[in-house]
Amino acid sequence: MTALLEVEDLRVAYGKIEAVKGVSFTVEQGEVTTLIGTNGAGKTTTLRTLSGLLRPTSGKILFEGEPIDAVPAHRIVARGLAHSPEGRHIFPRMTIEENLLLGAFLRRDAAGIAEDVERACTLFPILAERRKQAAGTLSGGEQQMLAMGRALMSRPRLLMLDEPSMGLSPLMMQKIMATIVELRAAGTTILLVEQNAQAALSLSDRAYVMTTGRITLSGTGADLLHDESVRRQYLGED
Amino acid sequence: MHELPQNLANGLMLGLMYGLIAIGYTMVYGIVQLINFAHGEIFMIGGFGALTAYAALPHGTSLWLALPVMIIGGVIASVLTATAAERFAYRPLRTAPRLAPLITAIGLSIALQQVVWAFYPNAKKALSFPQFAGDPIGLGSFHLQRNDLFLLVAAPLCMLVLAAFVRLTRTGRAMQATAQDPDTAKLMGIDTDRIIVVAFALGAGFAAVAAVAHGLRYGQVDFAMGFLAGLKAFTAAVLGGIGNIYGAMLGGLVLGVAESLATAYVQDVPGMHQLGGGAWANVWAFVLLIVVLLVRPQGLLGERVADRV
Ligand SMILES: Nc1ncnc2c1ncn2[C@@H]1O[C@H](COP(=O)(O)OP(=O)(O)OP(=O)(O)O)[C@@H](O)[C@H]1O
Ligand SMILES: [Mg+2]
Repeated sequence: MTALLEVEDLRVAYGKIEAVKGVSFTVEQGEVTTLIGTNGAGKTTTLRTLSGLLRPTSGKILFEGEPIDAVPAHRIVARGLAHSPEGRHIFPRMTIEENLLLGAFLRRDAAGIAEDVERACTLFPILAERRKQAAGTLSGGEQQMLAMGRALMSRPRLLMLDEPSMGLSPLMMQKIMATIVELRAAGTTILLVEQNAQAALSLSDRAYVMTTGRITLSGTGADLLHDESVRRQYLGED
Repeated sequence: MHELPQNLANGLMLGLMYGLIAIGYTMVYGIVQLINFAHGEIFMIGGFGALTAYAALPHGTSLWLALPVMIIGGVIASVLTATAAERFAYRPLRTAPRLAPLITAIGLSIALQQVVWAFYPNAKKALSFPQFAGDPIGLGSFHLQRNDLFLLVAAPLCMLVLAAFVRLTRTGRAMQATAQDPDTAKLMGIDTDRIIVVAFALGAGFAAVAAVAHGLRYGQVDFAMGFLAGLKAFTAAVLGGIGNIYGAMLGGLVLGVAESLATAYVQDVPGMHQLGGGAWANVWAFVLLIVVLLVRPQGLLGERVADRV
């Protein structure tokens, strides 16, 4: 049984500056896999490369056993990968409902789409209340929920979340983390990027630590949560 | 001031034409943040396409029958030019610094003029364009030129079709998404390269309709006609709020009326008698552009730049 996603020796550069320097990791079906790392470690660059927004200089990306590193960005979502980008990037001048529908842009099954809009609204009731409101008027946390809901609208086999807790109040953050647990329980495979190591590691099956473009440590979420160097560097303990 | 209704009507007609051309500037800018300075020439080429189609029809075909064929000819010529420009001139520069495509656009504008000048038969001077014969239609306190009726029908119809397209079709929604956030649009599965082509093509089609209106109105087309019309339409797009399609039409109308009224009345203002009349007609657009850039740079219907990101 091969992994859902296999990344092998991935290298990505911005011009002459290499941001990802030979990264390998796997995401197993049904699990939550987390990449943690300090600012500028290359986590976002990695996710944007998986989505086809950036091209690797070398390395392999296999999704369900198929190479996807040469697939154009707009074809990636059709393969079953959805990406909720860092900074949320909701469409501010569209309504919440229109944002959700754009998440289902490639789908043609009207009934299924309507059902999934309801599902997103059940998962995040605030979206139901504000349905016809411009998305730009939502608070940061609400926008994050919308971005997650929108990513789910393509019924992805792999959901990639880039710093869903960024800039959120502790309460909002708890809500987002609880949702990730809920999604996992429902069978969604998740690749999570987080700076909030404590929260992320405690709900991860597998985790990788990224430092300046390389993976420096890996293990189960629990392993890393108890690792000396992780505790020192990411959990603020001396 | 008894000619006021007439001057207003003239201004509105001019404005409808500027607005139609301005849509091309604003749609392309809204999606790729490029001022396509060759858009004036895409408009001009639409006029020549329409004339070519007319010339291909049997001699003596009534203009009523010829008009649809001319529109199709103009639209084909403009759309082909615009999509070729996008594919071969602008797309390779998509990730280049902003100045590169801008300079390319200016170069392309000059090149297209010269190509028509050099290769279109007899285009070194203005070519006559068919017109509807007959007296102006009297409407109480003012009258309408027969040839302007085309504009009066075509411009609102184009706006209606565009509004419906953007709001109701899948491609229209993809276009809005691409304008707001191109990378995220790709993550939704939107082929943004295709959307950019659609924006260029739609703008070119509208410019071709405007060119037919221009030909009917003035009875001629010439290789340089895209220059002033293009600059004024660009002014209209900025005035309305660049990136906003309704703003483009509104900006066109405001500009047309302002130009018409200033041409008629500025000379009556004490001390300004030397500024009036036809000789100054083409100045007012740029006066307005400067005022807008100083007072309300985001335009009438534009959002502040901070809201657009
Ligand atoms: N568009 C860009 N052009 C040039 N360099 C970039 C660009 N985006 C990111 N970088 C650089 O690439 C490196 C990796 O950045 P990246 O955004 O992937 O890090 P990250 O791990 O997501 O960081 P953060 O936790 O702050 O989001 C950094 O050194 C960054 O400065
Ligand atoms: Mg990041």
